[in-house]
Amino acid sequence: MIKVLLFAGLKEQLQTDVLHIEVNRYEGGLTLKQLKQQLQQDYPEISEALSQAMFAVNEQFAADDTLLRSNDQVAVIPPVSGG
Amino acid sequence: MSANEQTESHKFQIVREPIEVTDVVNKVIHPHAGAVNTFIGTVRELTGGRRTVRLEYEAYEPMALKQFRRIEGEITEKWPQARVAITHRIGLLEISDTAVVIAVSTPHRAEAFEASRYAIERLKEIVPIWKKEFWEDGQAWIGDQKETVRYPQGRPEGLSHD
Repeated sequence: MIKVLLFAGLKEQLQTDVLHIEVNRYEGGLTLKQLKQQLQQDYPEISEALSQAMFAVNEQFAADDTLLRSNDQVAVIPPVSGG
Repeated sequence: MSANEQTESHKFQIVREPIEVTDVVNKVIHPHAGAVNTFIGTVRELTGGRRTVRLEYEAYEPMALKQFRRIEGEITEKWPQARVAITHRIGLLEISDTAVVIAVSTPHRAEAFEASRYAIERLKEIVPIWKKEFWEDGQAWIGDQKETVRYPQGRPEGLSHD
């Protein structure tokens, strides 16, 4: 199982701050890019926002080809606006 | 954890209460420092002619703290004697409330100004903190300071993967 953390507008749109994805269902593993595509399929209402977001794996920005493992914590990071 | 490590980790904070500016400044005071530059980011009422009544900040806290340390690392690479402390407030803030305080000390003033500027610009690029603006007639999470940013590379510019 991997956790996908949501923040800000995405959290409000889906009315949850975490999604759970069973990574073992994907033969040959699941990359971050594939996860993104899966989320876009499952939640078309946030598809555009997902394409603009960055992704972090275990609190580090991660590239699309990152292979996800069970217990990984993925975070969807929409464009930031702190300060 | 040693007392020194405790002080170190304490240099970067995300808080829900008002920020004491002096507390942040005191963290970078050092005998080798001859200049301390403090940046204070406050809640602005007017953005693009639109009146904000209040703001809400949200953070991905553990990662935001790591990113603060990353900014510190980038700064000490450029200005090896610099000391940095950052406190960001989250939750609901009113107009003129302090959202962020950055203190930088260096031996001489020029680097203190430069490093302070560097810290706030990087914070706005790579730290997972978001603000929601509440107006008299609506509200929205702000994507970036211009409300137009996209990440064609999938990440902010100048940011390599770890």
